[in-house]
Amino acid sequence: MSTYMTGDIVAASARGHPVEGIYITDRDGMAVLKLKSGYNIGVDHETCTLVRRAGDQPAPAVPTVTQDENLPELAIISTGGTIASKIDYRTGAVTSQFTADDILRAVPGLTTVARYRAEVLATILSENMTPSTWQALARAAHAAVSDGAKGVIVTHGTDTLAYSASALSFMLDTPAPVVFVGSQRSADRPSSDNVMNAMCAAAAARSDLGEVAVAMHATTDDDLCAVHRGTRVRKMHTSRRDAFQSHEMAPVATVAYPSLKVDLSPEAVRRGETEPALHADLEERCGLLYFYPGMPEEAVRVYEDFKGLVIAGTGLGHVSSGCIGALREMVDAGTTVVMTSQCLHGRVCDRVYDTGRDLLAAGVVEGEDMLPETALTKLMWVLGNVDDTEEARRLMATDLKGEIKRRSDYGL
Amino acid sequence: MDFKALGLMAGIEIHQQLDTKEKLFCHCPTTLRETEEHTGEFVRYLHATVSEMGEVDRAAAEEMMNRRQFRYFAYDTTCLVENDEEPPAPMNQEALEIALQVAKTFEMHPVEQVHTMRKLVIDGSNTSGFQRTAMVALAGVLPGDGEVETICLEEEAAQRVVDGTFSLDRLGIPLVEITTSPCMHTPEAVQETARHIGMVLRSTGRVKRGLGTIRQDVNVSIKDGARVEIKGVQELDLIAEVVRREVTRQVNLLAIRDELRARNASVGEETHDVTALFAETNSSILKRAKSILAVVLPGFAGLVGREVQPGRRLGTEISDYVKKCGLGGIFHTDELPAYGVTAEEVAMLRAHLGAADGDAVILISGSVEKAACGAKQVRHRARLALEGVPEETRKMLDEGNTAYMRPLPGAARMYPETDVLPVTITDERWSAVEVPELLSDLARRMEEELGLDPAVARQAAYSEHLPLFRAAVQAGIRPNLAARTVLGTLKELSRAGVAVEAVADQDVLTVLAAVEAGEVAKEAVPDLLTEVAGGTPAAEAVEEHAGGVSAEDLAAIVAKIVADRIEFVQDKQMRALGPLMGVVMEEVRGKVDGKKVSEALRAEISRVI
Repeated sequence: MSTYMTGDIVAASARGHPVEGIYITDRDGMAVLKLKSGYNIGVDHETCTLVRRAGDQPAPAVPTVTQDENLPELAIISTGGTIASKIDYRTGAVTSQFTADDILRAVPGLTTVARYRAEVLATILSENMTPSTWQALARAAHAAVSDGAKGVIVTHGTDTLAYSASALSFMLDTPAPVVFVGSQRSADRPSSDNVMNAMCAAAAARSDLGEVAVAMHATTDDDLCAVHRGTRVRKMHTSRRDAFQSHEMAPVATVAYPSLKVDLSPEAVRRGETEPALHADLEERCGLLYFYPGMPEEAVRVYEDFKGLVIAGTGLGHVSSGCIGALREMVDAGTTVVMTSQCLHGRVCDRVYDTGRDLLAAGVVEGEDMLPETALTKLMWVLGNVDDTEEARRLMATDLKGEIKRRSDYGL
Repeated sequence: MDFKALGLMAGIEIHQQLDTKEKLFCHCPTTLRETEEHTGEFVRYLHATVSEMGEVDRAAAEEMMNRRQFRYFAYDTTCLVENDEEPPAPMNQEALEIALQVAKTFEMHPVEQVHTMRKLVIDGSNTSGFQRTAMVALAGVLPGDGEVETICLEEEAAQRVVDGTFSLDRLGIPLVEITTSPCMHTPEAVQETARHIGMVLRSTGRVKRGLGTIRQDVNVSIKDGARVEIKGVQELDLIAEVVRREVTRQVNLLAIRDELRARNASVGEETHDVTALFAETNSSILKRAKSILAVVLPGFAGLVGREVQPGRRLGTEISDYVKKCGLGGIFHTDELPAYGVTAEEVAMLRAHLGAADGDAVILISGSVEKAACGAKQVRHRARLALEGVPEETRKMLDEGNTAYMRPLPGAARMYPETDVLPVTITDERWSAVEVPELLSDLARRMEEELGLDPAVARQAAYSEHLPLFRAAVQAGIRPNLAARTVLGTLKELSRAGVAVEAVADQDVLTVLAAVEAGEVAKEAVPDLLTEVAGGTPAAEAVEEHAGGVSAEDLAAIVAKIVADRIEFVQDKQMRALGPLMGVVMEEVRGKVDGKKVSEALRAEISRVI
C-alpha cells in the first residue's frame, strides 16, 4: 500500500520518462498521478518519490442556499442514489454522499419553485434498501405532510425506486403529493438528468396531486417528465432516461420542461381527497419468486417458512405441475401465495388451463393485473396489518391504491 | 516580420481520426452518414458541473451564460452510448494499438496504466457534456529540435449540423491527439511539423483519409503576448498564414494596450440605460430592441476601430465576446454614424453620457437580459485590452483570421471517467508494437526498386490507394501502368462523374491483368473501368474488348483510313501520323495497343507517300 496521501506532490518515472503530479490513489498495484494537464496516469510505485506533502488546502467555499419565504414549503427526503451521487476522488467510483442541501446547490433552479426543508434519511445505494428503510421513509413523509409541507420529494436510487414508491403507497394515506425522483446519469456530468427530474418532481410536489408518485423523464428528450402512480410504475430499462414507465395506465401527470407546467390526468388522485394517515407495519417475511421451466420443487420450498409469497408465473399465471404440491402445502400451513405474471402487461387468470385450476384449488390468490413487485410490497403491508388469512386474501384481490384495475383497457 | 525577435513560440495539436472497425467506447461502426439519413432525433440541455477539485471550469462557466437546448440526430449506426444513455464499453483495443504504433514511431514513452478521463465540453458537441480522453504516451522526438509532448487517445465529438443541432454519427470515432511542445519559432516551421506528423500518421495505413479527418489546433504566443489556441485548422497549407496573422494580432493588441496606457484609459463599472434616448431612431436594429445599453470607455476613442487583423478591429473582438450572450454584436462610436444611427443621435448620446471626445461609447441592444449580459462582456473585454492579449481559445475564419470562442480551459475541466477501467500496457505488449515504414522512406524505396519517377513514387506512397497500387505490383502489373491507373485514371473518371467507388479493387486488378496479358490495350482501361462502374462484371467487360482486331484487320483499317484521306496524307507527309492516330484509335476503341496502331499507321503512310 502507498505511503502517499491524496494531494501529495509526487515525482515518478513513466517508463523512463520523469513526471510529476498529484498523487490520487492506488489502482491495481500502480500509483495514479494527476499530471498538470489534468490527465491521470498510472505509474510504477517503485519509481515514486515524495516532492512535498499536500498542504492543508482550504475547502472550496460552499455557496449558501437562499430560499424564498414567499414560496410554498416542500420537504426533501434524501436517501442516496445516483441523483445524489458524486465521484469519490480517491477511488474514482461514483458514491452517494450528498445531503439534501447539496441537491439544492446542485440544482439551483429548485429554489425558484418552492422553499424546502431537508432531511437526510439515508445515504445508500438503492439495492441496499430494506423494508425498514421504507418504514422510516413512510414515517418521515407522514410527519412532513402532517406538519404542513405542501408536498414531499424523495430522492432515491432508481434500481429499487419502484419498490419503495409502491410500499409507501400502501403505508401512507396522503392529501399531498409524495413524489419520488431519481436520475439515470450521475449528477457530476453536465448531461445528468438530475436537474430536469428534480425540477419536475418539485413542480409535481407543489401541484394538485394527492398520492404517492414517481417523476422521471417521459422520453429521452429533455422536454417532459411523466409522473407515474407509485403502485403502477416499473423501471423498464437499465440506463435510458425514460426507464420508468406506467403499466396498464397512463401517467397520472406530466410536467413540461422547462416551463414546469403540470397536467394532471383524469385518473390522478387530487390533493386533499384523503386525510393523512400512517400504517407503517410490514410483514418482512414475504418473498418474490420468478418461475422458470424446470424449476425444482425445492426452489419453492425455500419459502416454506415465509408468511407470504408472490410468484411471477408464466403467461396467465402458471407454474409447472411439479411445483403445485409444495405450494398447496405452504398455503395449508398458512402462507399467503399470490400469483402474478412475468408478462407484466395483462391480467392473471388461472381458470383457463389445468395447472391454473390446480393452483386455485391449492389456494393460490390470483393477483389480477398487479405488477409482481407491487404485489410483494402490498403483501408485506397486508400481512403486516391483518392477521386473518381470509381477510388477507380478500385484500390482495381488492384495489387499495390503484394497483388493481377491474377492467383491462384496450390500447395501453 | 522578424518572428524570432518577436519571441514567437508555437506548438500544434494534431487530431487524426483512426480507421478502426468500431468506435472508441462502443461497438458502433465508424461510418459517417448523410444527415438526412437520420432515423431519430432528441433534445437535451447541458449544465456546468463542479469538478473533482471543487471548481467550475471557466470555459464551461462561460458556455453556461446562455443556456441552450441542443438537438441531436441519431442513426441506425449509432447507439445508446452516443445518446448518453448507456455506460461506455471498454476501450477499443484496436484504437489503442494504433496509438501505440504512432507513439513508438515518435520514440515515445508509453504510460504503464492508461486512465480514461472526462474533459468537460458543454458546447453541445458531446451528448454527455464531456469528451473521453486518455493519455497513452509521453515525450517523443521530431526532426530538428522538436518534441512531441504527449499522445492521447480521444473520442471524436459530434459534428455540428447547424447552430445547436449535432449529428451523432461522428461522435465516438477514435482519434489520436498529438501535442508538440511550443518548440517552433517561425510560421513555416509549424506548417512543416504538421506536415511531418501527418505523414507519420498516414504511414500506419490505419487512419481515416479525406476532408475533416485530420484537424490541427495551433498554439501561438509572442513575448508579452499570451497563449492563444486556434482550433480546427483543416488545411495544412493555411497553417503558416494562421500563425502569421495571430502574431500580427498580438502585436497590434500590444500596441493598442500601450496607447491606452499612455492615454491613461480606463473602464468603469457603470452601464447606462439609453433605451429612451433612441425612442425615435430610424436604426432598424435599435428600433426593435427592448433594451439599449451604453458603456463609456474613457480614452478608447479611435482605438476601438483600429485594425488588429485584416478586416478585423478591436471592436470586432469586443463584439465576439458579446455574441456569447446570444446577441448579434455591438455599435461603437468609432464607426458611428452608420447603420441608421445619425450624427445627431451620436452627439446626443455623448452629451447624455458626458463622454469626452477621447472616449469611446459602445451600444448594446437586445432583450433586457441579453443586453445586460452583453454590457458585462463589453467591460470585461475592454479591461482585457488594457492588459494586452487575453488567453483564449479561438476559431479559424476564412483566409486565416481568427475569432474568439471561449477562454482557455484549465485543468479543472478534467476528471476521471469512472465507467471505464484503466488499461495496463505491459512490456510485452509494448515490445510487440511494430513501427511502420514511413511513407517518405517508402517513396524512396519504390523509386529505387520499381524504377518510378520520384514524383510518381511519392504520389503512390502518399496516396490513399497505396494498398491497391501495392497489390497491383505484387500481381505482376508494371509499376508505371499500375501507378497511371490507380493514381490517375480513377481520379479522372471520378471527376468525369463515373461512380468509381463502385469499382472494387479486384476489378481494377482484373482489368490491369488483362492489359498485361495482351488481351486488351491499355487505352481501353478508362472504358473498361467505366463499364465496370456501370455494373458490368470486370471479366465480361474485358471479354468484350478483347481480341477482335488482328494484325491483318488493323492493317486493313489503317489502309482504309489512309486511303480515304490520301490528299491530306500526301500534303502533310509523316506529320499526318498524329492527327490520324486519333481516327484509328476511335475505330479500334482500345482493342489495340496505341503503340501497335502507331507502327501500323507509320508503315502505311510510308508506303503511300
